[in-house]
Amino acid sequence: MTLVDIKGLDVGYVRHRRVTPAVLGLDLTVAAGEVVAIVGESGSGKTTTANALIGLLPANGRITAGSAVVDGIQTAGASERTLRRLRGSVVGLIPQDPMVGLNPTQRVGHQIAEAVKLRGLAGAAVQAEVLEHLAQAGVPDPELRARQYPHELSGGLRQRALIAIALAGRPKLIIADEPTSALDVTVQKRILDHLGGLVHEQGISLLIITHDLAVAADRADRVVVMQHGRKVEEGDPATILRTPREHYTRQLIAAARPVVPHFDVRDQVAPEPILQLTDVSKTFPVNDLRRGARGFNALDKVSVTVPRGQTHALVGESGCGKTTTLRIALGLETATGGSVVLDGDEISGLSWNRLRPLRRKAQLVHQDPFATLDPKFTVAQSVTEPLVSFRIGDRRSRLQRARELLDQVALPHSYLDRLPSELSGGQRQRVAIARALALRPDLIMLDEPVSALDVLVQEQILQLLADLQAALGLSYLFVSHDLSVVAEIAHTVSVMSHGRVVEQGPVAEVFTNPKSAHTRELIDAIPGRRVVDAA
Amino acid sequence: MTRYIVGRIIQAVVVLWAAFTLTFAILYLLPSDPMELQLAAAGIQEDSLAPDQLAAMKQRFGLDQSIWAQYWHHLTGVLHGDFGTSLSQQIPVSDLIGQRIGQTLLLSAAAATVSLVAGSLLAYLATFARWNPLRVFLTRLPALGASFPQFFVALFLIQFFSFQLGWFPALGTEGIQSLVMPVVTISVLTSSVLAQVLIKSFDETLRQPYIVTARAKGLSRSAVHLKHAFRNAALPAMTILGVLVGLTVTSSIVVETVFTREGVGKLAQEAVLAQDVPVVLAVVTIAATMFVLVNLVVDLLYPLLDPRISHTRGRVRPATPEVVTT
Amino acid sequence: MTVTIADVVTEDAPRPAEEAGGRRANLVANLVQLARKPVFLLATLYVLFVIVSAFRPKLFTSFGPYDTYPESAAQAPSAQHLFGTDIYGRDLWTRVLYGSPLTIKATLIAVGIALVVGLGLGILAGFFGGLIDAVLMRIIDVLLAIPGLLLALSIVTALGYGTIPVAVAVGVAIIPGFARTTRAEVLRVKTLPYVEAARAGGASWGRVLLRHILPNSWGPVAVLAVLDAGVAIIAIASLSFLGFGAAPPAAEWGTLIADGRNYLVTAWWLSLLPGVFVALLVLGLNHISKTLQELTR
Repeated sequence: MTLVDIKGLDVGYVRHRRVTPAVLGLDLTVAAGEVVAIVGESGSGKTTTANALIGLLPANGRITAGSAVVDGIQTAGASERTLRRLRGSVVGLIPQDPMVGLNPTQRVGHQIAEAVKLRGLAGAAVQAEVLEHLAQAGVPDPELRARQYPHELSGGLRQRALIAIALAGRPKLIIADEPTSALDVTVQKRILDHLGGLVHEQGISLLIITHDLAVAADRADRVVVMQHGRKVEEGDPATILRTPREHYTRQLIAAARPVVPHFDVRDQVAPEPILQLTDVSKTFPVNDLRRGARGFNALDKVSVTVPRGQTHALVGESGCGKTTTLRIALGLETATGGSVVLDGDEISGLSWNRLRPLRRKAQLVHQDPFATLDPKFTVAQSVTEPLVSFRIGDRRSRLQRARELLDQVALPHSYLDRLPSELSGGQRQRVAIARALALRPDLIMLDEPVSALDVLVQEQILQLLADLQAALGLSYLFVSHDLSVVAEIAHTVSVMSHGRVVEQGPVAEVFTNPKSAHTRELIDAIPGRRVVDAA
Repeated sequence: MTRYIVGRIIQAVVVLWAAFTLTFAILYLLPSDPMELQLAAAGIQEDSLAPDQLAAMKQRFGLDQSIWAQYWHHLTGVLHGDFGTSLSQQIPVSDLIGQRIGQTLLLSAAAATVSLVAGSLLAYLATFARWNPLRVFLTRLPALGASFPQFFVALFLIQFFSFQLGWFPALGTEGIQSLVMPVVTISVLTSSVLAQVLIKSFDETLRQPYIVTARAKGLSRSAVHLKHAFRNAALPAMTILGVLVGLTVTSSIVVETVFTREGVGKLAQEAVLAQDVPVVLAVVTIAATMFVLVNLVVDLLYPLLDPRISHTRGRVRPATPEVVTT
Repeated sequence: MTVTIADVVTEDAPRPAEEAGGRRANLVANLVQLARKPVFLLATLYVLFVIVSAFRPKLFTSFGPYDTYPESAAQAPSAQHLFGTDIYGRDLWTRVLYGSPLTIKATLIAVGIALVVGLGLGILAGFFGGLIDAVLMRIIDVLLAIPGLLLALSIVTALGYGTIPVAVAVGVAIIPGFARTTRAEVLRVKTLPYVEAARAGGASWGRVLLRHILPNSWGPVAVLAVLDAGVAIIAIASLSFLGFGAAPPAAEWGTLIADGRNYLVTAWWLSLLPGVFVALLVLGLNHISKTLQELTR
């Protein structure tokens, strides 16, 4: 039986009295009990499709053509009243970001009870159902959690509370919009497993919206690939992975790389280190009015070595201390203890002025492409700024250098006059890399340089980094939470957890034969089993 | 918890003391000759006095003492409720204010209540009106209300409701009738200020993802607005209550002058005209006290209303939204 | 290099490839966007008109501000006398225009004081942080604790009457807003990655402050300055209405309105028309500030 039947759906957004199409001529069905995944990059129209289904498009969103029938009810052009009867009771939604998806001033239990009461229940039965749904969603100690406010719960628990809300309406279909992108991989895996089991048990259909082909392939009965608002390919995961018809799908599959280490330096003699951190500790003061000032240990005796001309990666989940390590290595943060040796010079404890000459040796590329460039600086100004800071060359020679740098990151010279607002995310990241190269450094510190980019753009930037390393003999300290990215670019790796290094060694060794339980858990959590099977 | 409350109270007292000191410094240290100011206030020409008379005058106003002695004298006086003697009327300032403060408090309280109701209502309608042109109109309305000088609003009301229609008296303090137009005058400004802050807050709240969660549950529009949006939007707006109360107090200066009401506001206007320094100092001190007290109450209540804020953490409440008023 | 330029260009399909990139194109695009807003244009024209009339009132009227024509006293508005005439037969429109220089000058002084002091305090507090920030912000708290108009009245009491003291008083009263806005902006920009990248690139704090933090912080401050110009106009008019402004026969707007209130019954236009003139100016500034705010967002 078909639960969702979309035919020729066009959705657009009205901007300046013009309709910009977001979804074009989409056909899609979801059968009862089926798990369907829509895969696409940002701007592919996947979230718009989901919102259109339950009439939750933003105020300027319009369905301009086609039909979308959910459980026998036409939702295209339907009145608010009709749509409201669908929401919750027929279609449940798990929104994108669990951190902000719950009302901060209402207790969690109350928010679930609201959904329960809409089914006509009242009195003590409501509370019992609330606890039941929380338990179903995998929340331990539901009585306690129901009484708490969202800010008292972790991200994973909030995600589970949102799942409980979606379950509370007893829907026939649950839409999970990027259900995991805001969470750590291990939490991601546990929640997706749980959600998959739940819908299977209760016979609920599931529509997963994701940018990650691996996630989609692992969990869906059918995968729909979207690009620029159109469906480009559809089929069961095995077929799509083995015999993709479209070039775009092939690119996505290539980008959903399994964790196969690219470099193997197990039997090689490591080159001499360019950067060596020994027993670095960092304590942040935490002001607590009740208990007085006390320290929070962000790093506990971390030792990391970056071999010259190679890439060393720091991996771990959020809050494990990897970014703090990088900032200390760069002298942006001072360590509480330990030593940092950059190219033979001890830099920890150096004043800004003493450190300054050493800055030419190590540069930074930041995670967020939208904040890494000064919005008021043209590309030429951004790229040459380090030269100006170090008073290198004159105007003409700097401009000449800027052209060279753009060549190196494969951007046309005509981009020199552009402002960041005129660049895409990937292009901004290229400019940030060019800026880091300006002083001809030996070492570049990369703080999650690709995690905010779409998968295909990620691939291009990683390729660029590898090419630059080969051409210029650069060393990288690469911080990432994404093991597949690390496998592709790094020679050696340190796995971090709670401010400590739990495992260290060549990527080929650590990833194929993990020694610590934490590393194993991280590797197990990586989606893409079916991708590997299909390969 | 107690530690937080005590700390917050001490902070309020310090701010109040600093505000008093600052006002004292402005009034007594700026380049005008205090003796001349005070003689002018008493209606005496300085030239007409013999040197010994002058010395006697100085002694009478305490001006023969050092500035520190004067400051100390005033500060200890204020703590005992003694604001010195009015220069122009020769009676204790506390008596002058005591006679008039009731009028002003009544006016301020009425105006604060009206603007709270009117401002919230306007903001609610402006955000949730379904008909687009009406919504645009209501959203723009507060800017209009805040653009008219208060004395102009007052004169317009007098012209229209007193002279044309004859509904309300143009002047005086008699009866509830006389209170209507002054309250409306003040509320036009204060409710506009409140509505602007609230509309902005609603706007931001409605864009939050948890509103989508609430709608996806199948809640009706009004349930989403009342149960999820209203509280979250109203919380940050609470922090401007202090500013609003301060505004009703300063508004009483203009309004009481136009409507010839014998309140503290009109007293302040007359005191400035007569350069009656002790009276000005007293009025500023009282207004600052009201502002600090309201803020203190808001600070103490806020954590009870917003579960995210706990007394044990450093952050106490969100920053006050920027409100541009004088 | 293995990555070709063709690859890069396909990377961002939805972005229009503009011929002329860079600052100028950006500025032009912004101006075009503004020019398409009729209300904004109207507001700007009105504000410009008032400013021009403040310096060259003769352009817009053929009467003198003190010319009396007893035979045409207290006439209602007409084609000849746009705002009517007062009881001495002086043309009110002319009196309003000649009142502009005093008020506009006072406004500029007030906003100038607030801008310089507020910006300075805000940058110091936001940039250096720590103890300096704590001390400066406590001072601002104290200034805020004294309601604006009362603070201004205290200053007027001490300095005496006249346009300049009133301007200074109003300027001091609106300092806190500027200081807090500047501080918030500096704090926000200071932690952004591009500031960190500049530091990592060897830029000194001075350079970071001048080239990165200030250019990216001043937008909201400028918006506030336009908005506060309106607030200052109201405050200055209120103070002169209360009788603390320029001495007669010179007439600021507030004084004109105050003088007219004795004739409300017989000649309503004496008070109400100058009031509308002032309110429109404030409303115009208000709207300009709001539009700029939306643009910079």
